[in-house]
Amino acid sequence: MAANNLRHALFCAIVTLIISFPILGLNLEAKGINITLTGAKTSTYVAIVLAAVVVFVFQIFRDSFMGVLGKLPNLNPLAGREPMEQSKRVKLESWILTGIVIFALFWPFLVSRGSVDLATLVLIYIMLALGLNVVVGLAGLLDLGYVAFYAVGAYTFALLSQYTGISFWMALPIGALLAGLTGMILGFPVLRLRGDYLAIVTLGFGEIIRILLNNWTTLTGGPNGIGGIPDPTLFGMEFGRRVKEEGNTSFHETFGIAYASEHKIIFLYLIALVLAVITALIIRRFMRMPVGRAWEALREDEIAARSLGLSRTAVKLSAFTIGAFFAGFAGTVFASKQGFISPESFVFLESAIILAIVVLGGMGSQLGVILAAIAVTILPELAREFSEYRMLIFGAAMVLMMVWRPQGLLPMRRIHIKLNRQE
Amino acid sequence: MLEVQKLSMRFGGLLAVDQVSLDVQEREIVSIIGPNGAGKTTVFNCMSGFYKPTGGKILFEGREVQGKPDYKISRMGMVRTFQHVRLFTQMTVVENLLVAQHRHLNTNMISGLLGTPNYRQREQKALDRAAYWLERVGLLELANRDAGNLAYGQQRRLEIARCMVTEPKLLMLDEPAAGLNPAETKELNQLIISLKEDYNVSVVLIEHDMSLVMDISDRINVINQGKPLASGTPEEIRRNDDVIKAYLGEA
Amino acid sequence: MQDLLYFSQQLINGLTIGSAYALIAIGYTMVYGIIGMINFAHGEIYMIGAYTALIAITGLTALGLAWLPLILIVALVCAMIVSSSMGWAVERVAYRPVRGRHRLIPLISAIGMSIFLQNYVHLAQGSRNVGFPALIEGGFNFSADGAFQMSLSYIQITIFITTLICMIALSLFISRSRTGRACRAVSQDLGMASLLGIDTNRIISATFVIGAALAAVAGLLLGMYYGSVDPLFGFIAGLKAFTAAVLGGIGSIPGAMLGGLILGVSESLTSGYLSGEYKDVVSFGLLILILLFKPTGLLGKPEVEKI
Repeated sequence: MAANNLRHALFCAIVTLIISFPILGLNLEAKGINITLTGAKTSTYVAIVLAAVVVFVFQIFRDSFMGVLGKLPNLNPLAGREPMEQSKRVKLESWILTGIVIFALFWPFLVSRGSVDLATLVLIYIMLALGLNVVVGLAGLLDLGYVAFYAVGAYTFALLSQYTGISFWMALPIGALLAGLTGMILGFPVLRLRGDYLAIVTLGFGEIIRILLNNWTTLTGGPNGIGGIPDPTLFGMEFGRRVKEEGNTSFHETFGIAYASEHKIIFLYLIALVLAVITALIIRRFMRMPVGRAWEALREDEIAARSLGLSRTAVKLSAFTIGAFFAGFAGTVFASKQGFISPESFVFLESAIILAIVVLGGMGSQLGVILAAIAVTILPELAREFSEYRMLIFGAAMVLMMVWRPQGLLPMRRIHIKLNRQE
Repeated sequence: MLEVQKLSMRFGGLLAVDQVSLDVQEREIVSIIGPNGAGKTTVFNCMSGFYKPTGGKILFEGREVQGKPDYKISRMGMVRTFQHVRLFTQMTVVENLLVAQHRHLNTNMISGLLGTPNYRQREQKALDRAAYWLERVGLLELANRDAGNLAYGQQRRLEIARCMVTEPKLLMLDEPAAGLNPAETKELNQLIISLKEDYNVSVVLIEHDMSLVMDISDRINVINQGKPLASGTPEEIRRNDDVIKAYLGEA
Repeated sequence: MQDLLYFSQQLINGLTIGSAYALIAIGYTMVYGIIGMINFAHGEIYMIGAYTALIAITGLTALGLAWLPLILIVALVCAMIVSSSMGWAVERVAYRPVRGRHRLIPLISAIGMSIFLQNYVHLAQGSRNVGFPALIEGGFNFSADGAFQMSLSYIQITIFITTLICMIALSLFISRSRTGRACRAVSQDLGMASLLGIDTNRIISATFVIGAALAAVAGLLLGMYYGSVDPLFGFIAGLKAFTAAVLGGIGSIPGAMLGGLILGVSESLTSGYLSGEYKDVVSFGLLILILLFKPTGLLGKPEVEKI
């Protein structure tokens, strides 16, 4: 047994060396047309050897190590506590959420312009993640092409504004509806596929949309994208220094204050905040409605759900359409915020990030998803040197979460339903 | 009310069900028995629409239902349980019952979002029906537990309650007593009889527990290796030589 | 005649790419056949194979080695060892702990692994594409009247022959060797095989190792064929290979071969007659159509839904 253990540990250590040394330790460098091989920094080699040693030691003492880990007193002081009473918890949760929203309302007036801009982006991600949470977390449909619907929303606004001069407020519902419609049309044929096939098909679909955006140059401008997307207006008031559209007035002149470019940024932020709150509330409501329960039932056991009279296609289609709808919503806001969009914003990686948010936050859990969206977007900005490692860490985190805590950091809690005794 | 005529189901080269016929009248308990692998569950799967039978007819209240999608058959009033309990394990006990009442609810999303009176009324009615059946199967206290955390016998009862809230006309039970202890089996026995007597439901039952089958069945169909072997009252089946041979031969 | 030459050229290009896809597709198909999951990180394993081969070639050339066959063989062996180890480690770390859980969980874990590996190489080797030296140059040229030349390059011949050898070796291995027989048993019925005393964990590991080794071969071949590699090199190729596996019938090894060839040819015909930009659209479209209308693929066995 011991010899066997040692052999295995040695094997694991060697594998560690093999998979890390050539890739990390020998760097290809292009010099003109030739490539040369240069060694990495000494610290890298030390790290590689250290990793192998750690793997070796861990494998040798694996059994006793796991044993100790099991016996450790639970570090979480809340773990042994009785779960909070349902009504109390619901109250607490709504207090927290209301607090966050109130804070979020006043916060932009206190901080720098860059922070507000970033916060708007966070809110867009929150909308996207809440929408994807319906599809993946509640309905259990792995959609890897979610970004396609985001693109539909953004491009709808961009194109309509370019060709018809439509305003943000008109484009918002149109973009969302069009994205929802796209979701429905795509979903109709593919939703009867098994889970993992569905994932690949949606991935393929997302790529097709991106390739089309890239190559249909006459309509979409190809890789150059579309610019000049108008900012939202407030009851016909524009936020620019000068009024662009006939009939509009300008915000700073109406209120007799000095022009400041922050106004527009803050206004956009507030719009995104309101829309994100609306998104969260609507989806929260859906979760307690028959349709929300049907989504979950289908995720839990499709055969049983069908045997009780649920139509698989109708239920899945509703989840897919609603998810796509909110992606379109977010897309319109995004287009307005950026003023310029190109296919580069809608690559698979973007889908993967949104998925990572949903997975980290806890599939199905709204609060978890919101917190994860904030964390995932802000952390790389806070630590610049860390941003390079962002995707590496996301990938690793997704794996670790699936292995250790597939329900996410803040798992979804069931709602408590009070029943009256029937006689 | 249910008539299965010469039902056949072929998987590739394997004829799993061969010309099986059976009929169920109103307020009747009919059992399907037979050795393991005889094709009983396949018959159920054809009846409930999971499989499209390769031959024969299934008439429910005079209408042909073979090959119809499962959810439509279920909506007509033919509902089943499963050999291995299939609950929505991460949802609570009540939620399991609410899902089952989906078609009785106001599923219009707009009325749901607005919380119209009609929506709330129907939602409340569904809750009351759920409460009624939970009380009936003795699970009311556990209404807000996750279904997956129930004990096995409780899960079985929940599955039956989940069928009953759909207000079926015909209930198909696939080995409901499997894994139950004698006391639980006895309760189940009474429950099934009460479903027939008090709620006017017909029952088709697949079961290995012979005492249960002989006790509550009005009629029994025996199938062996996919073929019908015998049918009749419990008394007739008990004395049938072919049946005895099939069972002894298996043992 | 002119048209025929042009068509044949597309056909040759398509078959070249297609046979390399087939090599990658084996990895998807074998893993899916045994544990029923899409190894989303397989494309990255292939990319790592290509990088390792390039590193080995560069290193050997720098050391003054000049005999081409030796360079290629050493590079191939290095790539296979690194990729196989990676395949083994990935299964151990990311898939084995989640085996048997809800279907989405291994898939998300695999996607995470794929993102991780992409960025691992990206951070270590930079995001820019690196030129792959054209070690095998030249070829046969055919022309009718000089206007259009059809060429069959040596590298294309190398790709065909290597693929053929790998496929034959794999078939022999699966049908003759002990491990190969165990592989088949496990893919038939994992639970039963383990009851019969087959070490299923070892067999699953072996599947990953074999798939990864073949992907490394493809990495070297396609690296030389395309002339460059970058960290995203594996993503699209992986998707294509997965398409090939599904097209042929996932779980079926001859199916992977057939699917790869069909996919390669349809892609190169699209590039040749329509536009290179739309070749990905065609292969993804093909994937969607196959999954919708014949999810078992061309040579796959139908699955019966069990209750």
